Amino acid sequence: MTSTTAHDAEQVHIVGYGTLIKVWGILVALTGALVALSASHSPNLALLGLLVITPTKASLVFFYFMHLKYESTALKYMVVAAITVLVIFVGLTFADYLYR
Amino acid sequence: MTSAAAESTSETQPAEGHAGPHRDYIGAKLGMWIFVFTELILFGGLFVAYGMYRAMFPQDFHHASGELNVTLGVINTLVLLTSSLTIAMSITAIRLGKKVQAMALLSTTAVFGCVFLVNKFFEWKAKIHHGIFPGSPLLAQRHHGEALFFSLYYGMTGLHGLHVTVGVILMVIMLVFLARNKIRQDDFIKLENTGLYWHLVDVIWIFLLPLFYLAA
Amino acid sequence: MSTAVAPAAVRPAEEPSFYAHKGIASWLLTTDHKRIGILYLCAMITFFLVAMTIGFFMRLEHMTMGPTVMKPTTYNALFTLHGVIMIFLFVIPGLPAVFGNFFLPIMIGAPDVAFPRLNLMSWYLFMSGACIALTSLFTGGGPPDTGWSFYVPYSVTTGTNVTMAVFGAFVLGFSSILTGLNFITTMHRMRAKGMNWMRMPLFPWALYATAWVQVLATPILGITLLLVILERVFHLGIFNPALGGDPILYQHLFWIYSHPAVYIMIIPAMGAISEIIPTFAHRTIFGYKAIVMSSMGIAGVGSLVWAHHMFTSGMSQVAIITFSLLTFLVAIPSAIKIFNWVTTLHHGSIELRAPMLFALGFIFLFSIGGLTGLFQGALAVNVHLHDTYFIVGHFHYVMFGGTGFAFFAALHYWYPKMFGRMYNERTAVVAFVHMFVGFNLFYFTFLVLGLMGMPRRYYDHLPHFHVGHLIATVGSWILIAGLLIMVYNLVRGLFRKVEVPGNPWGGVTLEWTVPSPPPVENFHTLPVITEDPYHFNPVQPVAKETP
Repeated sequence: MTSTTAHDAEQVHIVGYGTLIKVWGILVALTGALVALSASHSPNLALLGLLVITPTKASLVFFYFMHLKYESTALKYMVVAAITVLVIFVGLTFADYLYR
Repeated sequence: MTSAAAESTSETQPAEGHAGPHRDYIGAKLGMWIFVFTELILFGGLFVAYGMYRAMFPQDFHHASGELNVTLGVINTLVLLTSSLTIAMSITAIRLGKKVQAMALLSTTAVFGCVFLVNKFFEWKAKIHHGIFPGSPLLAQRHHGEALFFSLYYGMTGLHGLHVTVGVILMVIMLVFLARNKIRQDDFIKLENTGLYWHLVDVIWIFLLPLFYLAA
Repeated sequence: MSTAVAPAAVRPAEEPSFYAHKGIASWLLTTDHKRIGILYLCAMITFFLVAMTIGFFMRLEHMTMGPTVMKPTTYNALFTLHGVIMIFLFVIPGLPAVFGNFFLPIMIGAPDVAFPRLNLMSWYLFMSGACIALTSLFTGGGPPDTGWSFYVPYSVTTGTNVTMAVFGAFVLGFSSILTGLNFITTMHRMRAKGMNWMRMPLFPWALYATAWVQVLATPILGITLLLVILERVFHLGIFNPALGGDPILYQHLFWIYSHPAVYIMIIPAMGAISEIIPTFAHRTIFGYKAIVMSSMGIAGVGSLVWAHHMFTSGMSQVAIITFSLLTFLVAIPSAIKIFNWVTTLHHGSIELRAPMLFALGFIFLFSIGGLTGLFQGALAVNVHLHDTYFIVGHFHYVMFGGTGFAFFAALHYWYPKMFGRMYNERTAVVAFVHMFVGFNLFYFTFLVLGLMGMPRRYYDHLPHFHVGHLIATVGSWILIAGLLIMVYNLVRGLFRKVEVPGNPWGGVTLEWTVPSPPPVENFHTLPVITEDPYHFNPVQPVAKETP
């Protein structure tokens, strides 16, 4: 972090109402798509919904609502690290359960 | 302290004449993000349990999920997504100096949070009425995977509901701060951090929806 | 020296030490990181002595076959308590809680941590967790008898007060998480001007790596313990085999935290050693970058190896092979550090004062502990060694010989700075010798007993183990004698009226530029950093005689 002023809050980008509402609209649409895919009696489509749409929704919340898009690179790396750690925990535990 | 502050080179030294804890907007936000990570991992442990049991009992999970009310689940999702919108907007509002709008939007968020909890209350009530709750004899008689599905359902939505409750309480406190100008255009980190917490609650629900309601 | 400030041997009259403000409220309501470090120290030494006494009685029980001084159920409660207190109340908080709190801000040139009030809350969470765990001794079904790992199904079915003890550990977890959060933010935001990351000393670097483990691993413990409570109180059923639950899942969740926890224990210990060795070899550390990378590497890879505690539990073949391989990998960054420390001694001007003795002892004891860990990581060998005294010997070598000795090394090293007093050097050496001899007699015998097949957590033993138990118990007495001499020496030193200079050891990091003890705000003027952290005057070799 290299910001050196006590007024660095002022420098940080403000996300306008318009952008927020657009993101909200996309989230609602994605939710609809997710429900549609899950109801489609095709387990593969449902899985697609789970593995693609859901992380996309979460990413939109992170990037726009939680302002991550406008934050420092260091913070972005930290988020990646935290999520990676979680994925590793799940993944390595699957090394047991998938091969019992 | 004042002469040292004038000579000092740290960006977080208090301004001239100000004693007490220094203000560091970026540091406060970083601290909150780290707390968000810990919450992600906390729920993550339950996701590990869900993942393993679903891998072990895919049919049972599919079957049990069909007993959950998809409509209610989707409504709750929309409620939380909209509440995320309103709290994000309330932060924008206060940053533009619009105190009344900020308070209105924050109150709306809190109301949405309460709506979520009310929905959850009725959902649980219905299930418990049908004999499906942790430790119930009915659940013990069902297939193993189904019993585990509902154990995870209560565990995860319960912990999530607890977090929603805490979030609503935090928002009420922030409303008081806004009213008393302790959150202002030039000092809004408390509201922003509350927002981060609330968005996290939203993100967790974004994952809970497909895992529990849409697995059928 | 890394700053332009003259040696601060004299305290300016207008700059009292941080002890000046008196009264119990000034301690219990403090937000001064130095006072919080001292608060942790007092609590943790107390908990250590309690758990040490429990260990003493455990060894006493093994002096004879059959009952000696207690019933079997008492023994089960004692080894559980010994583990819970030592691990959650001493080794895990360990160096970060005491020396991290006291020295992190000073070593990076900051006036305090990022969140001083949160820091105080961490201490109160620590004390609350301890009190909650204490109440389990006297309420419900009495102290838990499950072992500190609280394995299901026994922890869910036993009548002892597991709920209370586990809730105490849950609260303690939050103390650890908040400390980690505080330290990460402090290092990102409050380093002195000119102190870029690669000019930060190695103890703060160690605290940084540790803090990430604290923040990312501890929540898993939180949820796991919560699930045990929910199971006991609400019959949630996630681990209940009757409902299809899998007890091995508990083990996965438990060790996903508890293995990284041992890296929370050891990384700061290694950081302290990385400070002490250069000071008492009077030369810069060998391979600063390698030590930084290996600290982060241990933290990272160490989070991938948890199931090596579960090789015999019934996991899949794929899992045990995967985790065995990963376990061998994590030895690499640890070994790198050992090489770096030993190489630092080469061409150094070595001074064998008490802190250095403990540090060298650490290197020897941790090496044994680490190597025995490798044996355990080999799958076929593990079948023979699991749940034997070999494991107990291994983890005492790394946790006690490692973190414990490093803690004592740090205590002797930073004692003059923290207290403005000095202990008796000769008594300290006597204590160290007792501890080192007693420790090895005690725990090396455990390694042998384990190879012979002595199971752990057993109240009694078969005749062919008896001689080993006797030797180990005598070793434990010598070790305890050394510990008591050390504690006596350190406490006595507080009352000896000796004025201590700012830099008794010739150290070159920032804490040695402030008075002993430091003033409340640490630095009269915040330093500006222009050099690497270990800028000793190089040893000037005598030129070879020219013919």
